[in-house]
Amino acid sequence: MFGLSSDCIVHVPEKYYTLSDYEGNVPRWCPSCGDHAVLTAAQKVCRDKQLPPEKTVFTSGIGCSSRFPHYMGSYGFHGLHGRAFPIACGIKFRRPDLHVFVATGDGDCCSIGTAHWIHAIRYNIDMTVMLLDNEIYGLTKCQTSPTSQKGTHSNTHPRGSILPPINPISTSLGVANVSFVAQTVDWNPAHLYSTLLAAHEHPGFAFVRILQRCPHFSADVFEAAAADADQLLLMTHENGLQLEKHVARMYKNTIEHDPLDMHEARALAGTEERIPIGIFYQNKENERYDEFGMHNLGFTPEQKEAALNAELDRYAV
Amino acid sequence: MLDSHMESFNDSIEKTEKQVFSIEEHIVEIVSDSGEGAQKCGQSFGSISAKMNNGVWTVEIIPAEIQPPARSRAGASGNRIRIGSHTITNMGDEADLVVAFNEQVLYSRIDQKAFKKGTIILLENKWIESNIPEIRQQYSETLEELRANGYDVYEIPMEKECLKLSENPHQGKNMWVLGMLCFIYSRDLEKADAQVLQTFYKKSQKIIDSNLGLMHAGYSWAKKYLGFQFHVPPRQETEPMVVMNGNQALGMGTIAAGIEVCSMYPITPATSVSHYLAETFESAGGVVHQAEDEIAAIAFAIGASYAGKTALTVTSGPGVALKTECIALAVMAEIPLVILDVQRGGPSTGLPTKVEQGDLLATIFGQPGDAPKIVMAASTIEECFHFVVLARKLAETFTMPVFVLSDANLATGVQPFPRPNFSPDWLSPPVDQSPWKKGVRPYEWDEETGISQRPIPGQEDGMFVLTGLAHDEESHVAYESSINQRASNRRSRKLAAFHQTLNPPVINGQAEGDLLIVGWGSTRGSIEEAVKRVQKAGGKVSSLHLRFLSPLEPNLKEIFKKFKKVMTVEINYGDEPHDPLITSDTRRYSQLAWYLRAHTLTEVDYFSNVHGRPINPGSIENRIRKELDL
Repeated sequence: MFGLSSDCIVHVPEKYYTLSDYEGNVPRWCPSCGDHAVLTAAQKVCRDKQLPPEKTVFTSGIGCSSRFPHYMGSYGFHGLHGRAFPIACGIKFRRPDLHVFVATGDGDCCSIGTAHWIHAIRYNIDMTVMLLDNEIYGLTKCQTSPTSQKGTHSNTHPRGSILPPINPISTSLGVANVSFVAQTVDWNPAHLYSTLLAAHEHPGFAFVRILQRCPHFSADVFEAAAADADQLLLMTHENGLQLEKHVARMYKNTIEHDPLDMHEARALAGTEERIPIGIFYQNKENERYDEFGMHNLGFTPEQKEAALNAELDRYAV
Repeated sequence: MLDSHMESFNDSIEKTEKQVFSIEEHIVEIVSDSGEGAQKCGQSFGSISAKMNNGVWTVEIIPAEIQPPARSRAGASGNRIRIGSHTITNMGDEADLVVAFNEQVLYSRIDQKAFKKGTIILLENKWIESNIPEIRQQYSETLEELRANGYDVYEIPMEKECLKLSENPHQGKNMWVLGMLCFIYSRDLEKADAQVLQTFYKKSQKIIDSNLGLMHAGYSWAKKYLGFQFHVPPRQETEPMVVMNGNQALGMGTIAAGIEVCSMYPITPATSVSHYLAETFESAGGVVHQAEDEIAAIAFAIGASYAGKTALTVTSGPGVALKTECIALAVMAEIPLVILDVQRGGPSTGLPTKVEQGDLLATIFGQPGDAPKIVMAASTIEECFHFVVLARKLAETFTMPVFVLSDANLATGVQPFPRPNFSPDWLSPPVDQSPWKKGVRPYEWDEETGISQRPIPGQEDGMFVLTGLAHDEESHVAYESSINQRASNRRSRKLAAFHQTLNPPVINGQAEGDLLIVGWGSTRGSIEEAVKRVQKAGGKVSSLHLRFLSPLEPNLKEIFKKFKKVMTVEINYGDEPHDPLITSDTRRYSQLAWYLRAHTLTEVDYFSNVHGRPINPGSIENRIRKELDL
């Protein structure tokens, strides 16, 4: 942004957006909720990419994490439970100038909104998706989520949940036309930031699952992983996340994984012994439905009138 | 009327002396087994007649199943075409002439009282030569029965004649019949040729030529062997006309409104709106989005509209049910949205292809909490076009969802109407991207009208977070009771403000009398024809037809007071007063009647049913006569 360009002219932007330009209301999440870290990382991505707040729309469904747009200084759409994806797709469909983000939770995305999630992956409309996955329903007070581990004690399953969880990464990787799938954690701000930045820069539907701690209802779920970096598996590659050395050094378990390798991506997604973080899969060549949506923008009134009259001619008596 | 020697097919006995009748109007039906092309034949005949400047109304005759067994009694598939020397507004009563591809399909039409004594039946006669004895027997028995019941039956060698030109008479028999009808009704062969070309424009030249040949053969055969012909003089009016069905009109209205996004999920009988748009919309600057489900379809439209591109969704009853939550979101967040509801029979999956006006109360009241919105109903195919244009404007002016109700009767009915004259103000304005006035709140409700301006993403300094939660003028989530009361009040006030702009409904007939019929939607043509008949017979009956159902048009209570009795005519369920267990306590009224009673505190009765068919003028006339002791 700052500095000398090759023609030695200093570009001073008309307006430089600071972090405070992306701040909205004071967050009302619980102290030590993982959502705070995600909010900060998203605001930093906006600042570092200098996204004009008026050209940026944060969309969400319903749930704790779906309060996200209220805490941003951009435009926001806090919609309906499970429906963030179709709303976000509609926003972007004919507005190439807008930067669209979706904040969604595990209930919102992987339960009530599952059909929309699957199809949004397939539409591959350009947007950044943050699945804040705490493996529990928080806002409605501790019900089992589709990503809750089997045996989770909750208000709907006081004797332990019955079914194994959905794996959001495996599920996403199984959808036709999937173009970007990554995983990160709320307790490593640098990795979180790098992942969201890569997702934002991806031309298409970028899906990021963020393991997010709920201090109130699922505090124990990621406790061990947050305390012990060895429980994580860092995916690295020249086409993957470019982490600073001191961040990468934290993880002794690493694997060289090419994000174009879908076969290995699916194998890694199913790994149970360690939690892989980084980019599982990225393909910039996939069909983008927003390109179809935007192929005929900007008709003038005269063009529209001519089109209507041509139609009326076809049906003329 | 038919040459008595025709069965010998002797070319030498060509009939030159025809009985030619000049008639004001006729009702024609073409019925066949499903898949034999009777609908295409009927639609083509309707279009040709419209192009000859006749008044036209067509109705599809649809079997209950997609592919009922051949020659089944309930399997009639086809078309009814009513043509006349004046504007035709409805399907009419009994048919004057019927073409049937087999005798069995006639039974369901007879059950529905579609024919009268003297109705001319032109019947495919190949069945008498069938190698299945039962079929030969059925054919002879039915023939005898039809004649005994006073129908004027002619046996026509349709297949035999087609076989002279085509190896497969199942493809093209409908065009042969079209040719026959074109002769019978003195249609212009050049217009008929043009229609066949239009119908098959996607097909190969071979198929086009074959169909043209069959059509001409049908015409020549009828000219040679039929002893009668009808002239239906054209309408007097000569203004430019267009002819289409209601769903095409809704689609064309979408283009005329400058709408850019049609977001839909397939549902009968609404889908053909999107079929039409899928063909044409992109060349008019729009795109059809086929969503993954009904909910996504409306949510996508809401997203597009929020981003400044006024969008539209098209659906039918079950889809309206699924969209309920999103409709309420559009009300709560004050997002403009046009919803086209082509109604079908309900509840549940109901009668997908049949006519019902069952969504009235669901669209007005169907959301939890108070969800004020505009609901309007088209009563003609012309209104299907213009109401989309109007709905888009109202949705943007009052920042709320606007329903346009149509139904299966309008959806597939074909009617000519004056060619719309485009006006630039039909189009939605370009997306406003000028900086937002600092200090103006996103829901700064005007005290008098309840209307607020809305910032659109891209507008500098307009950033706000839209929410479906209760919110204040800043769009901040607010649970304080006074704020919710105030916000609800302002959303409701918008409807009252819109109501100020409406005129009282026009009364068809005297402003006072013994009986006032109130209708809405596609029943208008039948109601007005029935009322006219009874008025001619001296009955003091008038009618009015509501276009706006929410808010209701002004002065209804005052208008109702001038009549001894008020009765709705509508196609949805209401208890009959003399049914078992039905008392004034238990009687559940048909929908408009229920609504008008509550609205006007007037005694309102109803004539309604859910037979899945349009209501014909004759049955309304009978009911009016009964009410008036005529």
